[in-house]
Amino acid sequence: MSDTLLQATGIEVTYGTTRGLLGKPGGGHKVLHGVDVHIGRGETVGIVGESGSGKTTLGRALLRLVNTSAGAIRFDGADITHLPEPRMRPLRRRMQMIFQDPMASLNPRHTIRRILVEPLLLHRLAADARAAERRVAAILERVTLPAVVLDRNPHELSGGQRQRVGIARAALLEPDFVLADEIVSGLDVSTQAQVLNLLKELSADLGLSMAFISHDLSVIRAVCDRVYVMRHGRVVEEGPCERVFAAPASSYTRMLLDAIPLPEIDPEWLTRRTESEDAA
Amino acid sequence: MTAPLLSISGLNAVSDRDGGAPILRDVSLTVARGEVRGLVGESGAGKSTIAKALLGILPRTVRVTAGTLAFEGRDLLKLPARELRDIMGSEISLIPQDPQTALNPGRRIEAQLTDGLRMKRGLSAREAHGRALSLLEEVHIREPERVLNSYPHELSGGMRQRVLIAAAFALEPKLVVADEPTTALDVTVQKQILRLIRGMQEAHGTGVIFVTHDLGVVAQICDTVTLLYSGKVIEEGRTADVLASPRHIYTRALIAAGPRYDRPDAGLTPVPAAVFEELRREIAAGGGR
Repeated sequence: MSDTLLQATGIEVTYGTTRGLLGKPGGGHKVLHGVDVHIGRGETVGIVGESGSGKTTLGRALLRLVNTSAGAIRFDGADITHLPEPRMRPLRRRMQMIFQDPMASLNPRHTIRRILVEPLLLHRLAADARAAERRVAAILERVTLPAVVLDRNPHELSGGQRQRVGIARAALLEPDFVLADEIVSGLDVSTQAQVLNLLKELSADLGLSMAFISHDLSVIRAVCDRVYVMRHGRVVEEGPCERVFAAPASSYTRMLLDAIPLPEIDPEWLTRRTESEDAA
Repeated sequence: MTAPLLSISGLNAVSDRDGGAPILRDVSLTVARGEVRGLVGESGAGKSTIAKALLGILPRTVRVTAGTLAFEGRDLLKLPARELRDIMGSEISLIPQDPQTALNPGRRIEAQLTDGLRMKRGLSAREAHGRALSLLEEVHIREPERVLNSYPHELSGGMRQRVLIAAAFALEPKLVVADEPTTALDVTVQKQILRLIRGMQEAHGTGVIFVTHDLGVVAQICDTVTLLYSGKVIEEGRTADVLASPRHIYTRALIAAGPRYDRPDAGLTPVPAAVFEELRREIAAGGGR
């Protein structure tokens, strides 16, 4: 992709460099070992890996939510690696995040109205409350939520409805980039399909760039243009989904793919081992 | 044909918390010796309620209003508490969903693995230790002595799940209830655990009720499957038949809704509203008691 919106080069993240629990100086634990990622305008990029692969940390580093110990991050042409927070703030609106667990990311004491209206006022995207309400009404329709949810609190909605609120909140701020971290892993398949389709339509309509983090390769295949496969804090394979899923170059990618049980009878599946599984 | 190991018939249950709302509606199913029966459905389908009823651990707010749970001809719902206690853990055991919370964090693995052997089988400490060692070897744990000496937090999620599988098979039960045993695991670990459960089950001729929301898991490990929606059995049969030629539109819709890495154009079809309407109609017509 020639027109790159977000580019990370040689990213390293080390956790726990401060003092440990018992006052011992901690050496720190490196969770990203020099990762390169680039995301083009309008492109949806998948980041896949198992637990401990560093996929969530990478996403947070891209948004400058964790500090990097090495490497550089460029957003829309500008180096934001060490941008101080006051100068990051105007960019925050342009880089939004949709979280895994909307129950934890939506304030339980606020109504959906307040959750959606406040960010618009905060970022001065609406002149007054009435203008903000009009925009909220429009986005609700877009994510197929009935207007009655506005007066409800998050716990009164279903999981799929809550996740649609999360998507609406991110989309309202007209971001350039959205990070979606495991946003459908808590949902039933029938709801999952709706949420993923909605996200695909919205990102196409708004021309969003998106980093879509998931442990589920089938979900990645359904929504992403390109994919990064991560393991132990490194990218082990990168490429267009079409190529990576049809002809994976890395044995680890092959193992991940083969580990996915498909809903059709395959008498050999349980006993079949890949070369890296034997090595593991 | 001999009588099945487990025969659930006409099971109805209601939730007292929800003003008597039905949560199981006339559920019937069987498990033969050595058969793996999948219980599959989305959240609220009632699959976990059935598992809990079998183990006698239904929450107090759930009341069974009709039906029988015949295990080797004895109705588990009518047995005195004492006899039920003898059966649980010994003839019917559980592989739980979450390996993080199912083990007591304050006791070593050895103590947790040998309790049943000593109390229910009367083994000496030494005999129980030997049996625990061979059980851990059977679930492919490489350093069984070290693991016996460990506390749960010293083991990975996959290791803990292996320990729990060893514990479930320790007393040679006739029926194992596996309640979403791989949902919390990475996909590569899931495959190893599925292989292990199938291997143990085949080696010991155990009947298994395998609760899952994943039709892919059903396809790879279950001989037969019961699909539930809102407490009602929607479809039932040999796994190969149900997946290849589903009779109910809901089954077809569920298969089409799941994304597939090998067929990017096929999955992700949302379940049409008409399917849910049909389900509501059927439930209203056949409803629970």
